[in-house]
Amino acid sequence: MPDFDAKKVAEIHEHLHSHLPSESALRVKALETLLVDKGLVNPQTIDAWIEAYTEEIGPKRGARVVAKAWSDPDYRQRLLDDAPAAIDELGYLGKATAHLKVVENTDAVHNLVVCTLCSCYPFSILGIAPAWYKAAAYRSRAVRDPRGVLAEFGVDIDADVEVRVWDSTAELRYLVMPQRPAGTDDMSEEELAALVTRNSMIGTDRDLGLE
Amino acid sequence: MANSEEITLKPLAAVDGQPAFDEAWQAEVLAIADTLVQNGMFSAGAWSDALGAALEKAAADDAVDNQETYNRCALHALETLVAEHSDIDQRAMQGKREDWEQAYMSTPHGQPVNLKSD
Repeated sequence: MPDFDAKKVAEIHEHLHSHLPSESALRVKALETLLVDKGLVNPQTIDAWIEAYTEEIGPKRGARVVAKAWSDPDYRQRLLDDAPAAIDELGYLGKATAHLKVVENTDAVHNLVVCTLCSCYPFSILGIAPAWYKAAAYRSRAVRDPRGVLAEFGVDIDADVEVRVWDSTAELRYLVMPQRPAGTDDMSEEELAALVTRNSMIGTDRDLGLE
Repeated sequence: MANSEEITLKPLAAVDGQPAFDEAWQAEVLAIADTLVQNGMFSAGAWSDALGAALEKAAADDAVDNQETYNRCALHALETLVAEHSDIDQRAMQGKREDWEQAYMSTPHGQPVNLKSD
């Protein structure tokens, strides 16, 4: 009986053909191929979407909206009254922001956004949702124990500050307007936008620094 | 449920800053889903409901609370909605998946992998 080195055979086999993608990757390839063949999606559209949301959009758009609201009281009011129209003024309106409400942090109120059902998120202006936003731990605990969740992010909220939790849906998503840091009166909108963190616009960050 | 308490207590901040996607297929699932919403195959509400149902089932099954589970749920929701709202059924998806596997297995390493035309 000849020697049979299973590991060696596997290595040779691996070398002979291309690396097989994961089961999930194969299923996505299958689905995309079928949809493209039937003219239901355009592969260029998919590629452009991925490039835009992973590289270009990010949370910068949301930060610019917040910075403009800090700098321009009339814009701030328009944003609070009708967020989609105000965001459209900056050319950022996407279908995912068509039903968006902006909630404002104050000395007395801190806002926190969650989607308890799945992961509804204003990705047109914040990019792709972070991993923790999609985690069951966040979705279940944000409503039940918002202060505990905030503490995990290093945000301690004084007992006299009300924490409001907003549950996003496909029809209504939320963006938190954080408070403008003190000592930023002379800053331009661009400089202000650089201070706004993604987490502050979801509510898991509160006191923005000047770094 | 022995694991759920441990998962619940896992610090959320520990995963802050992780990349939005671990693998390309995860981005493709969201890109296809959003494109089909924009094209009107199904509504944003239907997507949310299907994804929510998949996540709820995963939690009930004690699946690990991580990005892999989330993205597998998203893929399942997408396949379900496409089957419901088009003439692409699960059998067609499985058949095409096997075609792709065959294509990978029969393509020499380093060569571009293409499906044989029907």
